Amino acid sequence: MSELHDLSLKALSLAIQNKVVSAREASEHFLTRAKAHATLKHALNPLQCEENQTSQSNSCGAFVSFNEEFTLHLANQSDQRIAKGQARPLEGVPIAHKDIFVTQNFPTTAGSKMLEAYCSPFDATVVTQLQQAGMVNLGKLNCDEFAMGSSNENSAWGPVKNPWDNTRVAGGSSGGSAAAVALRLCPAATGTDTGGSIRQPASFCGITGIKPSYGRASRYGMIAYASSLDQAGPMAQSAEDCALLLSAMCGPDLDRDSTSLDVPKEDFSRHLNESIEGLRIGIPKEFFSDGLHPDVRSCIDLALNEFKTLGVKLVPIELPKTELSIPVYYILAPAEASSNLSRFDGVKFGFRAKDYKDLDDLYRKTRTQGFGEEVKKRIMIGTYVLSHGYYDAYYLQAQKIRRMISNDFQEAFKTCDVIAGPVTPQVAWKIGEQINDPVANYLADIFTLPASLAGLPAMSMPCGFGASSMPVGLQMIGNYLQESKLLNVAHQFQLSTDWHTKTLRGAK
Amino acid sequence: MPLTSQEIQKIASLAKLDLVHSQEEHMLQQINALFEIVEQIKSVDTLGVTPLSHPLETVQDVSLRLRQDLVSEPNQRELNQKSAPKVEKGLFLVPKVIES
Repeated sequence: MSELHDLSLKALSLAIQNKVVSAREASEHFLTRAKAHATLKHALNPLQCEENQTSQSNSCGAFVSFNEEFTLHLANQSDQRIAKGQARPLEGVPIAHKDIFVTQNFPTTAGSKMLEAYCSPFDATVVTQLQQAGMVNLGKLNCDEFAMGSSNENSAWGPVKNPWDNTRVAGGSSGGSAAAVALRLCPAATGTDTGGSIRQPASFCGITGIKPSYGRASRYGMIAYASSLDQAGPMAQSAEDCALLLSAMCGPDLDRDSTSLDVPKEDFSRHLNESIEGLRIGIPKEFFSDGLHPDVRSCIDLALNEFKTLGVKLVPIELPKTELSIPVYYILAPAEASSNLSRFDGVKFGFRAKDYKDLDDLYRKTRTQGFGEEVKKRIMIGTYVLSHGYYDAYYLQAQKIRRMISNDFQEAFKTCDVIAGPVTPQVAWKIGEQINDPVANYLADIFTLPASLAGLPAMSMPCGFGASSMPVGLQMIGNYLQESKLLNVAHQFQLSTDWHTKTLRGAK
Repeated sequence: MPLTSQEIQKIASLAKLDLVHSQEEHMLQQINALFEIVEQIKSVDTLGVTPLSHPLETVQDVSLRLRQDLVSEPNQRELNQKSAPKVEKGLFLVPKVIES
């Protein structure tokens, strides 16, 4: 058997159920690996920061908290169930959660000083469901503050370094999740995607991640950024592993999430092995514009050629409003954020500023000191576009264009089954490179935003290496509720290619 | 039309954020740069288009549900107030709001 951490989630799950390895051994093994990659910066205690920096200089900063006792308790329970022949589908397999999902047994910070020392009284539905499927919670993962960002540099815990080149960003906002899976610190992680926060870091770190249709996974207990866009999804080594995770994560949560879809739980693995011969893949010409870097383009072209050898037909399509998705997203998401983040006022949970003279001063000082720069900027943009006299021109107009973007997809799906293209115009950039050019950062979201605005399922899977030998991801977008089709296509690609099995140079 | 210093201070105030003078210029420049991109939406013809709020609205009826108004959770006041900055006798403490 190869090293435990190199096994796919599916293989590890079988090894645990067949008692080749115990759930406890698996958890201990991954905990040891994960602990070496705890965040360098301790957001809450500056003294610990120095200590960590000297002792863990090779850390990529993916993990922000552990609860070893609880993790091993879950693992022991799994072993007992297995011994009694009562194993659940993913019994004993470790998973780590993006720190945007609230958890009872771990602190939840959303990458923000605002939630320092916050402990949730309940678990997010997604966390509960994965635990009910038998999974063992290994710890919490670094992310951009309140999931706002595409590089994981906007975290109170410090950035996540890209495992392929530690001078580069891991992507964001689910940067810790992507880096942890790429480094084989855990066989699976959860992420959330508002404008590309699962797909982009998955692409930057060379792993597979999928965002299901909006409403498939419950948003209960997922700290809200932009509620009409936020959606949870799994990140793992392959489409096959993502299908197992997604089947456990999704399902109606009608009493707790008002936008949860009333569609039954589904086995997303059931179509994985179907042939994709005759399938039509739509190629949007707008995704291959001048902004697409040539190194990324050649990887995408090769992947599309691979599909042709599998009997797939490539169909040119148009998504004419692609460019408008940037302004539409950067109106709608900050607008919703400004409303969602009004709950952080220093009264009911988390951080409160020290000196204040009255209630208004308490609010202002708490919010000014508790939020990071990017979050404050988005709150202000949102406040502006929702303010009196601007609502129609910005927010309402953006919602109208959002419908047009969504209609464009429905038009395109008349002639194709899935859509494919790049995830991002370029490979992961250097840490600090775009910090002073936030607009460049926003423009880099151009290929992920359209599917987010339309609420469509979309994924990223590795398809090669671009400039500086950094991973490149292929994006695939499906029609509503067509996750199993998407995963089928991705699995067939991964059966005939080995990009997803390429592990890191010197990451052992 | 770029935002002015006065306007950005008003927005900060609405958002309950303090924007000190030394940061104002930087924030103005960043927000104005974004709005250069945002302005293009104004020229899009959206006559007769209904705003889209729930993305799946285009394919199915997603009218907002109401659940039954029943007590479904036990009282967990202590647990819920565990992470509050200041609590006394089960109440959240804030500075005095009404003058005596």
